[in-house]
Amino acid sequence: MLRLEPRTETKTLIQALAPAAAVLITMVVGGLLFAALGKNPFEAIHTIFIAPLFDPYSRTELLIKASPLILIALGLSFGFRAGIWNIGAEGQYVMGGLAGSAVALAFWNVEGAWLLPLMAVAGIAGGAAWAMIPAFLKIRFNANEILVSLMLVYVATLFLSAMVSGPLRDPDGFNFPQSRLFHDSARLPILMEGTRVHVGIIVTMVAVLAAQIFLTRHLFGFNVRLLGQAPRAAAFSGVNAKRLTVICLGLSGAMAGLAGLFEVAGPIGQLQPSLPVGYGFTAIIVAFLGRLSPVGILFAGMVMALTYIGGETAQFALGIPSAAISVFQGLLLFILLAVDLLTRYRVRFVRRGEV
Amino acid sequence: MTEPLLDLDGVSKSYPGVKANDDVRFSVDRGEIHALLGENGAGKSTLVKMIYGLVRPDTGAMRFAGAAYEPAGPVAARASGVAMVFQHFSLFEALTVAENIELGMENPPPRGELAARIVKVSKEYGLPLEPDRLVGDLSVGIRQRVEIVRCLLQDPRLLIMDEPTSVLTPQEVEILFGTLRKLKSEGVAILYISHKLDEIRQLCDRATILRHGKVVGTCIPAEETARSMAGMMIGQELAHPVAGSFSPGEKLLSIEGLSLPALGQFGVPLSDISVSLRAGEVLGIAGVAGNGQDEFMLALSGERTCAANSIRLKDRDVSRMGPTARRRVGLQAAPEERLGHAAAPAMTLSENAFLTGRVRKGLASNGFSKPSAIEAFAKDIIKGFDVRTPGTATLAGALSGGNLQKFVVGREVLQEPVVLAVNQPTWGVDAHAASQIRRALRDLAERGAGVLVISQDLDELMEISDTFAVLANGRLSPVRPAAGMSIEAIGRMMGGDFSVAESGGEHAAP
Repeated sequence: MLRLEPRTETKTLIQALAPAAAVLITMVVGGLLFAALGKNPFEAIHTIFIAPLFDPYSRTELLIKASPLILIALGLSFGFRAGIWNIGAEGQYVMGGLAGSAVALAFWNVEGAWLLPLMAVAGIAGGAAWAMIPAFLKIRFNANEILVSLMLVYVATLFLSAMVSGPLRDPDGFNFPQSRLFHDSARLPILMEGTRVHVGIIVTMVAVLAAQIFLTRHLFGFNVRLLGQAPRAAAFSGVNAKRLTVICLGLSGAMAGLAGLFEVAGPIGQLQPSLPVGYGFTAIIVAFLGRLSPVGILFAGMVMALTYIGGETAQFALGIPSAAISVFQGLLLFILLAVDLLTRYRVRFVRRGEV
Repeated sequence: MTEPLLDLDGVSKSYPGVKANDDVRFSVDRGEIHALLGENGAGKSTLVKMIYGLVRPDTGAMRFAGAAYEPAGPVAARASGVAMVFQHFSLFEALTVAENIELGMENPPPRGELAARIVKVSKEYGLPLEPDRLVGDLSVGIRQRVEIVRCLLQDPRLLIMDEPTSVLTPQEVEILFGTLRKLKSEGVAILYISHKLDEIRQLCDRATILRHGKVVGTCIPAEETARSMAGMMIGQELAHPVAGSFSPGEKLLSIEGLSLPALGQFGVPLSDISVSLRAGEVLGIAGVAGNGQDEFMLALSGERTCAANSIRLKDRDVSRMGPTARRRVGLQAAPEERLGHAAAPAMTLSENAFLTGRVRKGLASNGFSKPSAIEAFAKDIIKGFDVRTPGTATLAGALSGGNLQKFVVGREVLQEPVVLAVNQPTWGVDAHAASQIRRALRDLAERGAGVLVISQDLDELMEISDTFAVLANGRLSPVRPAAGMSIEAIGRMMGGDFSVAESGGEHAAP
């Protein structure tokens, strides 16, 4: 029989190194997975983790992929610290993108510097509103926010399909289920000529900084940590748990919505049914890989983006199925949690009956 | 001279960084009630855990009934005739008394026979029990009986009792003492752990005193005074707070008809509590745990709001305010449970200082915390209340119970509240720290604050209170001057009979 025993002391250094160890172990286990699929494991790991770093175009793509992951994970991390489990960021991301696109299409071909900010507001509002559904059901009926937010992802995805096939469909698009291409005023400015690096990335960097300050220096961050660690002490301190639940869900929804808007107004440039590519789910991994700390999330977002870019290359260069890449990304969270557990507990073998 | 029943010869036990027991030698005779005395952390728990087989000594030898004694676990200890009643009960509330007792027995007799034996044994020892009652419906005192009867059914030769009276009313204590004396007369040895020196003087034949894991003395309690034993225990004379002459000032807190429904299945509803507290007054509220103390504290701290105009601070209605707003106007609280309620274990002392000090000490502006001000406040608490800690960055959960309690009380006292309510301010705290905390509370009252102390320790309440009341079943007795209260009167009040408080003595006029 296996038994877990708490370690008497956990070294801070070991805890800090755990995410890096998890990435390394994931490479080994992932290598075995690819070998089992008949691929060269070294080539696969090199393609996924190393090659993108040495290609200038891949490097800029890295930022573009990492940006939404980081933005969504930042929003989620506050709720996760408070013990509020928003698993439906993917749906809030879709609703944000949808709301922002609706504004862009409503003012199609209207020029003006006010349009993008208005779209951003719509994106934020769309994501936040979608997150208010689990928030309301939780504080009013004590419904589990994990289930509600997760199920709403599928509602949001179907709603997006309905919209791009109906009211928001490109009238000159030969019935393809997608919107018009946004006009220039509704597109995010490009920062570097010849790449897709857009203004949203700067917003993400500012968000990392702001999140760090709010988490460590502001009453909001303090209350969030307090509620997660010691709910009764939080009540004693005067934290209104219901209000904080609403704020945390709203915040994560808003940031996911903004990320969705950046995606449609940035790299994609129109509303498509293929908008949800799993950023909202991957951001959960990013948040935990980054230890729920803003700076950690910045690095974790980069690592995850690397597996996306490298994974795409591996798909067409080595013929590794996309499902295997998803398994690989899931492995990372799984192994991280295992490593975390083992830094706090040791495994002991005990014979049956022995106490 | 006959051989003692239990004999410990140079027993030592170390944990990483601390020597819990160091060369402990003492013996317990048949038919003797032997007290084990010591401050928190003196090594009493480790010692009895070794005797009960929960912990194995590093070195040294134990003998029991003339043979070498090395219990591999509690099962072996019980087989040798050693039984233990723990401070915290291990009973299932959803099961009956008989089922609970059956679960704790190695080879229980059939149900009917067991029930009959429970009734017989419990009657014989003056601890009557009904085998078919659900434990969840029983009071704490009765639950303890279940634990004791469970031990007695195994015919123990040595019974270890860890702080048995901390949960009992004075009457229940008398009953328990009767039982223990009867056991003693039958030749059973009792190892009795307690903080309460007067009890030990009444009950015990000999006492072994531990300090820092070592035996520092033995005595015959009947020949000592409580103060002299306390002196041996803490190695210095107790600093007794002197209750200053009580000249009450203006009315600070007035509670009028406060009622609240029960929280949860085992909660106690508060019914129609009315009391007032004046400047300079320390009001002691006694009562057995689970009679509404927690509910009353939540109502005072603002964690539960109550009907308008039921709680007023000076002339302001604070009934509908939450904890932050109440702190702002000066009504503060220090709940009983240090870890997880009064303080967040995984946060640093600085962060815990911020937890309640934010408003009154101005530790934040526009929601942004001021690290240097927080640090300074935390240092003031540590310095002013002698909190033993490496620094302000230490996690609250790493502090010993007494140190954390000093921090929690210090945090509230240093904010100079108008009214401070504390629940069990010295629970589980060693005598030295306890006297520091009591002095701080008295000093606060002398500076013109109102202090409301809820405690189950009557000695403590008698020592620091000007006025006195009892909380029983969610109702509060009339307030009486603390001086001159008899233990008998208090006991009857704890049982819910408030006629004593209404008729006897002069009522402390509101």
